[in-house]
Amino acid sequence: MSNFINSSIGKKLIMSISGLFLIMFLLVHLTANLFLLGGSDAFNLSAHFMDTNPLIQIMQPVLALGFFIHILYGIIIELQNRASRPVNYAKVNQKDASTWASRNMIWLGLFVFAFLVTHIINFFWVLKFGELETVFVDGEQMENSYALVSGLFMNGTTGIIYSVAYIIGFIALGLHLHHAFWSAFQTIGWSNIKWRKRLTIIGDIYAIIIAVGFSIIPIYFLFIN
Amino acid sequence: MAHKTINIKLKVWRQKDAKSKGAFETYELKNISVDSSFLEMLDVLNEKLVSENKEPIAYDHDCREGICGMCSLFINGRAHGPDDLITTCQLHMRKFSDGETIVIEPWRVGSFPVIKDLMVDRTAYEKIMQAGGFVSVSTGGVPDANAIPIPKEDADEAMDAAACIGCGACVATCKNSSAMLFVAAKVSQLALLPQGKVEASRRAKNMIAKMDELGFGNCSNTGACEMECPKGISLAHIARLNREFLTANIKS
Amino acid sequence: MTKLDSKVPKGKLKDKWSNYKAHQNLVNPANKRKIDVIVVGTGLAGGAAAASLAEMGFKVKAFCYQDSPRRAHSIAAQGGINAAKNYPNDGDTIYRLFYDTIKGGDYRSREANVYRLAEVSNAIIDQAVAQGVPFAREYSGYLDNRSFGGALVSRTFYARGQTGQQLLLGAYSALSRQIGLGNVEMHNRTELMDIVIVDGKARGIVTRNLITGEIKSHFGHAVVLATGGYGNVFYLSTNAMGSNGSAVWKAYKRGAFFANPAFVQIHPTCIPRHGEFQSKLTLMSESLRNDGRIWVPKKKEDAEAIRAGKMRPEDIPDEDRDFYLERRYPAFGNLVPRDVASRAAKERTDNGFGIEKNESGEGVYLDFKYAIERLGKDVIEARYGNLFQMYEKITDENPYETPMRIYPTIHYTMGGLWVDYELQSTIPGLFVTGEANFSDHGANRLGASALMQGLADGYFVLPYTIQNYLAYEITNPRKNPAELEEFKKAEEGVKSQINRLMSVKGNKSADYYHRELGKILWDKVGMARNEKGLKEAIEEIKALRKEFWENLHIPGNTNTVNPELEKANRVADFLELGELMAYDALSRNESCGGHFREEYATEEGEAMRRDDEYMYVAAWEYKGDDKEPELHKEPLEYEEIEVKTRNYKTA
Repeated sequence: MSNFINSSIGKKLIMSISGLFLIMFLLVHLTANLFLLGGSDAFNLSAHFMDTNPLIQIMQPVLALGFFIHILYGIIIELQNRASRPVNYAKVNQKDASTWASRNMIWLGLFVFAFLVTHIINFFWVLKFGELETVFVDGEQMENSYALVSGLFMNGTTGIIYSVAYIIGFIALGLHLHHAFWSAFQTIGWSNIKWRKRLTIIGDIYAIIIAVGFSIIPIYFLFIN
Repeated sequence: MAHKTINIKLKVWRQKDAKSKGAFETYELKNISVDSSFLEMLDVLNEKLVSENKEPIAYDHDCREGICGMCSLFINGRAHGPDDLITTCQLHMRKFSDGETIVIEPWRVGSFPVIKDLMVDRTAYEKIMQAGGFVSVSTGGVPDANAIPIPKEDADEAMDAAACIGCGACVATCKNSSAMLFVAAKVSQLALLPQGKVEASRRAKNMIAKMDELGFGNCSNTGACEMECPKGISLAHIARLNREFLTANIKS
Repeated sequence: MTKLDSKVPKGKLKDKWSNYKAHQNLVNPANKRKIDVIVVGTGLAGGAAAASLAEMGFKVKAFCYQDSPRRAHSIAAQGGINAAKNYPNDGDTIYRLFYDTIKGGDYRSREANVYRLAEVSNAIIDQAVAQGVPFAREYSGYLDNRSFGGALVSRTFYARGQTGQQLLLGAYSALSRQIGLGNVEMHNRTELMDIVIVDGKARGIVTRNLITGEIKSHFGHAVVLATGGYGNVFYLSTNAMGSNGSAVWKAYKRGAFFANPAFVQIHPTCIPRHGEFQSKLTLMSESLRNDGRIWVPKKKEDAEAIRAGKMRPEDIPDEDRDFYLERRYPAFGNLVPRDVASRAAKERTDNGFGIEKNESGEGVYLDFKYAIERLGKDVIEARYGNLFQMYEKITDENPYETPMRIYPTIHYTMGGLWVDYELQSTIPGLFVTGEANFSDHGANRLGASALMQGLADGYFVLPYTIQNYLAYEITNPRKNPAELEEFKKAEEGVKSQINRLMSVKGNKSADYYHRELGKILWDKVGMARNEKGLKEAIEEIKALRKEFWENLHIPGNTNTVNPELEKANRVADFLELGELMAYDALSRNESCGGHFREEYATEEGEAMRRDDEYMYVAAWEYKGDDKEPELHKEPLEYEEIEVKTRNYKTA
């Protein structure tokens, strides 16, 4: 088994499985986020549900582990890959041979990670450990998460900076997913000539949904609200 | 009948031997026929160097018809140069323009050390093949060739994979120096045929273990290998290799 | 007078091989481990032999000059491999394959060898399929066949246009397995420099490592040469750049007889030459003649207009096209054997109907228009797509739209070291297989028969026959070559030859001499030969050789990669071999197969064979550097075949 995990395909399988797990998480997260568009009560309810649902609570450390493994193995693989080419080419022209995103997964990934850290500091940390004002929705007392989100994006110049930063983060995430989605299936071996086309299309649709879906929030607060 | 000709500048990697440090040298060539092949252009340069009592550029080449897999130049940032579905020997000078500077480098892969100038050592490929790139059948004692019908689609797909010439362009072009397409071509070919299916799991495990041991990088599915493969071998074969490898490990 | 014993077993033709195998000596398994066999060359014949011998239990040392056995030039064979399976139910039999091969070879090959070849042909297909060679198949899942020149049946198995590649990779996979198991010691990037004879027997070789320049001796109880043909003597050919005749030439100089050196095959369908710096010519598979029609313009003025670039072939209406093969040979049409098709192309071109836009005009058309009309573009693409793509990459012309330009070129050498029925040369312990020997193709080889012969020799003939020799070697222990005087002397000889080459210090490259030699041979020992030209060629080659040794220049040194030294070494041998070819062509006062003497032609221009005087194998013995070689004759006797004039006009 350790042979398998340490093999190149084994490591990539770990990337693939952890990646697919994160892909599922993103959908859940996005669904919860879109409640923001339904106004403060709707969002607060959904945030409260997330905060109190035992399954979600159990999944939180698993999710953290998923991120950790995905990032750790991503870095290990990247370092090994670099070591396998001790002397670099003086001239490389790969623009027609592969997509920009596929060649820069590590950078996109690290950028998304940096974004993730900011995001955790901005929201997760505050929600989890900070002192937030509370509101009553349907007679139940809960933290006013909506105010936290809207407060970040609707805070004059700082709000604009955050909004733009978030949108850039989501674009990077979308690009990361553009390659990641079909690549995860390819690594598991669930691909062939026909399915590769289908998976890339599904993957692109998914990546656009995620990038656009998440970006709607800051845009919504910036312009529409 | 006058042929169209061009003048070019070449930046060529020169390295005395495996241990020496190399560097680029620049050469100029005039009146190269656009109908000549890239290697014929290098022949002209080498003939010129010999006449000047300089050492000619060492590079691998043999059949000059795109099938032996010996030629292995990285030209203007691309394995086998600026054309698709070809080897270096099939590249023609009509792909370059007058006055162009052409950069020529050897494959840059840790597992393929440079021997001299543009020649690299691809023994690693041999070792991978020796680890399992075969059906364990000895001469004689086999059934009639038509004893087992094989669906045409399977035979055709096996042939697509079997077209690999072992040139190393996939590894050379891969940003990770991964040898997955090379290994996949053989594993997939043999896994598709009933004759090779019997030991498909063993083959996948042994070849991957050897590939890893030899220090090739990890595949990240960029697909560059497929695009630069002179024979257009598909990434679908890598998916099949992954499948074979994973099921082999699950089974054991 | 003859020293040649072909060792053909007694009995009826069809029983000879089984009788031989039933009574030959074998080596027992325990003794096999103690026997070293050296195999030089790893193409179909060498790779298959090395793998098979190792599987049997012998210790094999294999050598190739490329960086991998997989790169041997067998890989470039496109069209297919013959076998008498009769899967298409068109009346094929072992006898028919045997007969076609003898007839195709213009009755200049040894009957028993050819029969054995046809006999084992079927086993090759079985073996290849078992190895995972992806031959083309029908929708039923069974193997597909196509037809080839010189046969009235479809007996050619193929794997797209890469049959040689797939068969070689099959042999290579078997060889790789044995290397991995430690039964074969593989030496890549290593070139044979000499063969060592101890007490009259081949006992090993001296090699040069092409990376380090190290000169090294290797001991073997027997030596197998599977080093391919010497077609590169012409400089321009379909051979690989590194293909050379040095191994067989060293063997010749060590006492092995060289048989029929003048029998060279000119392949009719190659892409014509384009310019002075051309390094090689690319073959377009003979299989294209299944569906392509060969023609030149009927009117000279049209041919001139095309050469001048004023007219395109598509502009010439059908009635003004001369389908000269269909006209001259109605029964076989475009599928006549290679020598016939080549000479017919030369005849048209010499008479001013050539179409190539250069001084020589050397070119004819191979047109797929008619096949595309009949079968559709898709069918043609499925059959020949990769060949069409290759053609387009080289010529920048689309063969779906405009006819291919083709012209004959040097392709294969039927001649080679003389071997007996056991594939043993006149030096005991020195065996020769594949294109390197002379045995099976007579004066002309049929398409798809080279792969068959290479693999027959490698898998199914040599591994048996060599044991008949090795059975007497089991009492000879393995030796350390460093302790044998003969090896030391051979090494010194090799070193002094290299020093001699390096110290000429003139001002011309090896390629220059190679090109000059090629021109002499192509003009005077090529597709058509005559006494005057051959005598001139001998003198010109002698003069060129003299100049080579006075004016050669090799930069660099001997202890690193030095491609110029490698080339010079090979060219030095070609400069001698070319002369022997001319001697052979001069001594054979007849026309047969690839050997066409202008003095011996019918009024219609067909070859005139002279069976009464020349039905023999010409085996040449080396007599010293400046002495004429001595001719020995092995008479050819046909027991089961009536010798006829080849006729491809009627069935």
